[in-house]
Amino acid sequence: MQLVLEKRAERSGAVALVSPLIAIGLTVVTMVILFAILGKNPLLALHAYFIAPLTDGYSLQEIAVKATPLVMIAIGLSLCYLANAWNIGAEGQFLIGAVAGSWIAVKTQGTDAGAWVLPAMLVLAAAAGALYALIPAICKVKFGASEILTSLMLVYVADLFLDYLVRGPWRDPNGFNFPTTAEFDPVATVPLLIEGGRLHLGSIIALLVVAAAAILLGRTIKGFEIRVVGAAPRAARFGGFNANQLIILTFAVSGALAGLAGIIEVAGPVGHLQPGISPGYGFTAIIVAFLGRLNPLGILIAGLFLALTFIGGEQAQIAMKIPLDVTKVFQGILLFYVLACDSLILYRFKLSFPNRQVARGTH
Amino acid sequence: MQAHQRMLDSTPDGLNSSEPPLLRTIGLTKRYGDFLANDDIDIDIRPGEIHALLGENGAGKSTLVKAIYGLIQPSAGEICWQGRPVVLSGPSEARSLGIGMVFQHFSLFDNLTVAENVALGLDGKESFKEMSARLEQVSKLYGLPLDPKREVWQLSVGQRQRIEIVRALMQDPKFLILDEPTAVLTPQEADQLFIVLERLKAEGRAVLYISHKLEEVKRLCDTATILRGGRKIETCNPRRETAASLARMMVGGDIKEVKAASGRKTTVPRLVVNDLSLVPAEAHGVRLEHISFELKGGEILGIAGVAGNGQDELFAALSGERLSKDPGTVVIEGIAAGHLSITQRRKLGAAFVPEERLGHGTAPRMKLSENALLTGHAASGMVHHGFIDTAATLKTVDRATEAFDVRKAKRDPEAASLSGGNLQKFIVGREILRNPAVLVVSQPTWGVDAGAAAVIRQALLDLATAGAAVLVTSQDLDELAEIADRIAVMFHGKLSAPLATREASREKLGLLMGGSSLEPKEAVHAVGP
Repeated sequence: MQLVLEKRAERSGAVALVSPLIAIGLTVVTMVILFAILGKNPLLALHAYFIAPLTDGYSLQEIAVKATPLVMIAIGLSLCYLANAWNIGAEGQFLIGAVAGSWIAVKTQGTDAGAWVLPAMLVLAAAAGALYALIPAICKVKFGASEILTSLMLVYVADLFLDYLVRGPWRDPNGFNFPTTAEFDPVATVPLLIEGGRLHLGSIIALLVVAAAAILLGRTIKGFEIRVVGAAPRAARFGGFNANQLIILTFAVSGALAGLAGIIEVAGPVGHLQPGISPGYGFTAIIVAFLGRLNPLGILIAGLFLALTFIGGEQAQIAMKIPLDVTKVFQGILLFYVLACDSLILYRFKLSFPNRQVARGTH
Repeated sequence: MQAHQRMLDSTPDGLNSSEPPLLRTIGLTKRYGDFLANDDIDIDIRPGEIHALLGENGAGKSTLVKAIYGLIQPSAGEICWQGRPVVLSGPSEARSLGIGMVFQHFSLFDNLTVAENVALGLDGKESFKEMSARLEQVSKLYGLPLDPKREVWQLSVGQRQRIEIVRALMQDPKFLILDEPTAVLTPQEADQLFIVLERLKAEGRAVLYISHKLEEVKRLCDTATILRGGRKIETCNPRRETAASLARMMVGGDIKEVKAASGRKTTVPRLVVNDLSLVPAEAHGVRLEHISFELKGGEILGIAGVAGNGQDELFAALSGERLSKDPGTVVIEGIAAGHLSITQRRKLGAAFVPEERLGHGTAPRMKLSENALLTGHAASGMVHHGFIDTAATLKTVDRATEAFDVRKAKRDPEAASLSGGNLQKFIVGREILRNPAVLVVSQPTWGVDAGAAAVIRQALLDLATAGAAVLVTSQDLDELAEIADRIAVMFHGKLSAPLATREASREKLGLLMGGSSLEPKEAVHAVGP
């Protein structure tokens, strides 16, 4: 008796829906083992991670706030990944967007500039993120450089550039030498949705992005192009679709969305530009994109789930002294299982019983 | 060559039934899930016979020989070798018994030499030098000349097949299986192969010859076993059958005869190629050299030739998957199109059907409606202001299904779930329903069952009758003879002048396919080394 992977005649829609859930289940089992090894009560730890954040209004709002950048970035990344373009550098595009948008905020600080400031910041941030993402895309198309490496390396360039600005030219003179800009003016701040709460306009923008992506992929010829180029490159060329153009386009769109997420984070929950504005949103969004099956609605759900792990991780650290890094371990294991479970969409397990009735040969 | 001597002592004609067969399968069955690929097959192979295995695609020929060669395990039944039941756990066990096989798709490394490729397929008990010497000796003995030091990519398809055959013969097999060996050969090369096979037969070896070319089987084979739908239909002497009776057994009924409407009128030139030369995009690709032809409405031009002589490159240049710097090299409907993209060429009224159905003609894991959109988005009203008209794409699927009898499990399945013949009918239907002015088709019936092939050929004829210009590239000379008005031959990236089909004998075409010129005087200048 042996266990074999057998190719399915047609991709299984049911498994495509269930596979992320299987992956989450396997991750939870692995985490239970990990908690046990760490000497923590696994049930209490799981409660702190997944249940406690859902029980009070403040945490629920915080989940939505954390999910906002994750979802926006992941939507952009999903377009890249569907088109077989591997943008790993959303974190850098996020930071550059934050820097570019902050430039307007810093320059208009203390002037009585009007309501145009925030829209201008959003537009500039998106444009900067797109341009920054175009560097690896153009290197890929013109010189064949691996976009995986170049986009990843540019993350650190952006990170250090931001660091330089807030320690140097943009540092708040009244900031006690902390590496940060001054608090943004009200016209340069993303408005809150609930007075005194945490939820802000960015969450609405994220929902609009999800809806737009769903329409793009499901109903338009451009969305079809993106899907064909990724699924069958030679057929796409036969269809008259240019893969290089799509690499440029998807990188630009995902860079713009990451940049937009960056400025919304800075002008929203954070309120000023400083190092460490992102707990790794650009990287976690890769997991969100795959956990959400590169599907807009799936990404919305996956973004909320990953945001839960950020909040839960903080709770677990406070309540049980579980290191915050365990959250990253959790996210890494989750991506591993998601990719593994995806093979079940095209393949299925089968027990095979090789025929042993035939007499053995005498040779 | 002691083995040869020993084999010669056995009955040469193989008709002595008192002797046990060399190989016998009893009730051989192979099940894949609910599907019976082989159902209770009994077959006897005797020493010194050339035994044909006949059947359509999907009849179970490949499954049967894979079981005999140890590549797959039968679900039930047994295989007896020289009277004793055996279980073959793999091809190496089959080879050690004396079973050799030459596959239709070669397993050769392009960048290695002939000798290195042969060495990789042997067990490596002898030194490379001894092996090379034996390689030359065996290839001379059987009249299959090979230079052991040449790299494979420099060789023609026929020469590559020789490597596979010599590699099999170097293991001194008692029984050799050949899977559709003449599919890639010129008629002359096929004749040379038959001489080799006759010689193997005379040496007392058995040959199992898989084919669907009936004339060939009648000429060469002593016995024929016909499979259909996984079952054995009959074992007979093919020389006592007619091609028609063999075909009936293969198909299980009469095939509809393809009929050309008489008095087809040719109109204006709709596709003109002027002095098209193109450097290959890929390493080891073929350079197109000074290709010119003119194709009028109402006409079917066939392009014959052994695979790998530039047909793929020509298709890419005509479709616009590769662009030419000079717009005038390809003229569609009177408009210079050499620099235009495939989408723009489609808008001019051209349609294309590539050789590869999955991955080129269709995206395998996408639905048929999406695959209708793949080529229909340019000019078929399926897209309005950037939005897809799903109803229109589904309508195309339904129309193709009805007009071309596409069999599928549901209304809109994934392309990969269709059988080869049904998918090809869908692809051809998808293009023909656009009413193209020019249709460029590559290998229209490759790997397609006889019923579907007849439907497709008829559709091409009807399209020409309706006034379109049709260009058909095919390795199947019978197919071209059946539908084409003129036939040109492609060799080393050059295209011969077209011959009228009634003047294009197999001999003439074979000479052109092998690179000879028809005029002996010119041959001195025209033929390269």
